[in-house]
Amino acid sequence: MSTVPDIAKDASTVPAFRVARSTRVHRFVLVVSVAIVVALASVPWWAEVSVARTMVTFFTLLALAQMWNLLAGYAGLVSIGQQAYIGLGAYGLWLIGDVLGLHPFIAVFAAGLLALAVALPVAPLIFRLRGGYFSIGTWVIAEIVRLVVSNIQATGGGSGKTVLSAARLPIDTRITGTYLLALFVAVGSILLVYFLLRSRTGLALTAIRDNDIAAQSSGVNVFRSKLFVWAVAAFVCGVIGAVVALNLLRIQPAAAFSINWTAYALFIVVIGGFGTIEGPLIGAVIYFALLQSLSQYGTLYMLLLGIVAVIMATVAPKGIWGFVEKRWNVRLFPVSRRLLIEAPPPDEEPEPAEETDVSVATSV
Amino acid sequence: MTWANVVIQGILLGGLYALFATGLALVFGVMRMVNLAHGDLGILAAFVALFIVQSLGLPLGWATALTIAIMFLVGYALQRGLLNFTLGTDDTRPIVVTFGLSIIIQNALIMKFSADSQGLDAGRIENISIKVSEQLSVGWFPLIVFVIAIAVIAALEVFLARARLGRAFRATSDDREAAELMGINNRHIYSLAMAIALAIVAVAGILLAVRTTFDPTQGSFRLIYAFEAVIMGGMGSMWGTLAGGIILGVAQTVGTQAFGAGWGLVVGHLVFLTVLAVRPSGFLAKTVTA
Repeated sequence: MSTVPDIAKDASTVPAFRVARSTRVHRFVLVVSVAIVVALASVPWWAEVSVARTMVTFFTLLALAQMWNLLAGYAGLVSIGQQAYIGLGAYGLWLIGDVLGLHPFIAVFAAGLLALAVALPVAPLIFRLRGGYFSIGTWVIAEIVRLVVSNIQATGGGSGKTVLSAARLPIDTRITGTYLLALFVAVGSILLVYFLLRSRTGLALTAIRDNDIAAQSSGVNVFRSKLFVWAVAAFVCGVIGAVVALNLLRIQPAAAFSINWTAYALFIVVIGGFGTIEGPLIGAVIYFALLQSLSQYGTLYMLLLGIVAVIMATVAPKGIWGFVEKRWNVRLFPVSRRLLIEAPPPDEEPEPAEETDVSVATSV
Repeated sequence: MTWANVVIQGILLGGLYALFATGLALVFGVMRMVNLAHGDLGILAAFVALFIVQSLGLPLGWATALTIAIMFLVGYALQRGLLNFTLGTDDTRPIVVTFGLSIIIQNALIMKFSADSQGLDAGRIENISIKVSEQLSVGWFPLIVFVIAIAVIAALEVFLARARLGRAFRATSDDREAAELMGINNRHIYSLAMAIALAIVAVAGILLAVRTTFDPTQGSFRLIYAFEAVIMGGMGSMWGTLAGGIILGVAQTVGTQAFGAGWGLVVGHLVFLTVLAVRPSGFLAKTVTA
C-alpha cells in the first residue's frame, strides 16, 4: 500500500491516477437496482399466483448460485454438496414450524441455523481434503444427511412430509409472504456477497483465490476465512431450502437432497461467470429463460445444460460476464479497487475518469 | 457364524469397490485430477456391454473384451480431446468439466436406455457358491470379482514399478516439467493414464452389472465409494485402495446386519469420516499431496 504514493511522487511522467472502487456508473446502477427491487416487491399485489410462485423459484436459484459462487469462485471451495443444506433447511422448516410450532415465516430463518449447525462440525473434517476430493467430500456429507433423513420414521422416511403449519396459513398471506421472503433472500444474498467482498474477509478471500499459500504467508488465516464463507453459504442455503419448502409445501428426501441443486447452481455460475456478483445474476436469468422454454424435455434439458457447462468451462471459463467485463470494462458492483488514470493535461479536453479506466482492474 | 459370513461378504464387496477406485486413484496420481465422472463412466461401460450383448448378440465374454477396448479408446480421446485443456490453470475447471460430463452421461443413458434397472446375465456362475459350513457359504461370483480386483491391482503395481511406460507415469506424477524435459509427452501420458483407468473401470462396471442390477444414476454412488476407498487407503498406493475398499465393504455389510437395511451405507460413510478424522492420510499412503 505504502509504495503507491512513492511511485507517484518521483515519477513525473506517470499520469496522475487514483485508486477507487465506486464510480458514477455504480451510483447509477445503485439507483436502477433499488427501482428494480421495489418493482419486484410489488409483484404479489398485481400478478397472478403462478407468476409469483415461478418468481420464487427464480429467486431461490439466484440466491443458491450466489452462494455457490461465493464458495467456488471466491473461496476455492468447489462444493457439490450444497444440497445437504438445502434439504436440511427444508426439513428444518417442517421441524421448527410444525413440530416446535414457530410461525413458518420465522422458522425459515431458524432452519438456516439448523443447516449451520451441521455445516460447522463437518468443516474441519472435509477441509482436510483438497480440490476435487474436497468436492466429493461435501457430497458424502449430503449423502449421509439424505440417508439419515430417509431412514428415520419421524421425518416421514422416503415419502417425506407436508409442511402443515405453512399449508394452514391463509393462501394470500402464504403466497405474498413466500414471495417477499424469496425476494429478500435473493437480494440479501447479493448484498451479503457484496459487503463480504468489500470487507477484510473479502480481501483475504481474493488473496486466497489467487494463491492460498502466498495468502497464508502474508498473514491471512486461510482456514478461518474459508470456514466463515462455508458457514455463511450453509446458513443461506438452509434458508433457501426452507423457502423452497414453503413454496412447494411438500418435502421429500430424494428431491430435497438432490444433487441437481448443485448442478443448477454450477450451470448458472459457469454460464454467467465465476468470481463475480454479476455472473450468477446473468446466468440465473439465462438459465431461467431456458428452463421456462425447455423444461418439458426434462432429461434432454439436463443433457444440454451439461454440454453447455462443459463447453463454457473449457472455452470461456470466465463465462458471459467475463466476456462483457473484458470487452467493455464494466462492473456493476464496486467490490474491487481500480486504478483510474486521471484526465490528461489541461490543454486537452478534460474527460471524466471513468471513461479512461485502464483495463487492469486490480483486485487489491 | 452369520457374522463371519457378513464380514466375508463385506471383504468381497470391497474388492469391487477397489476396482472402481483404482482408476480414480491412477488418474489422480498421474495428473492430480479428480474425475467426477469416473463412476458414471463405469456405468456407461456396463451399458455398452449390455448394448453389445442385446443388439449384436455376442456372448458376455466377447462383449466384455470389446467394451474394455472401447473404454480404453474413449479414455484416451476424452483426455486428449477435452480434459487436457482443463488442466493447469486453476483447480475448478477440471471439477466443473468432469461434473458436467457426469450429468451428460447420466442423462444420455436415461434417454437411450430409460431410468429402469438393468442386469447383465452371466449364467450359472452367478448363483453357485462354495459351502464352507452350515452357515457359511461364499458365492463363486463375488469371489471371482475379488480375485480379479487383486489381479488388476497387482498388474497395475507391477506395471507402474517395472514397465517403461509405468516409469513415465511416475515421473510425470513426481515432476511434470522435469519429465517433459526428459522427453516425455505429458499430454500423451495423461491420455494413456485415463485410457487405462477407463479400461479398469469398464471391468468394474461390467462386474457390478453382473453382480447386481444397475441403472444410469448408479455412477454417483460408485464415485463416492471409490473416493472413500482411495482416501481411507491412502493416496498413491493401489494396495491401500484395496484396503480402503475392504474397510468400506465390511463397514457397509456389518452396518446393514447390525442396524438394518438402509443404515449400512450410513455406517460406511461414518467409518470413512472417522478415518478422515483420525488418520487423514489414510492407512497405506505413499505420496504426500499438498
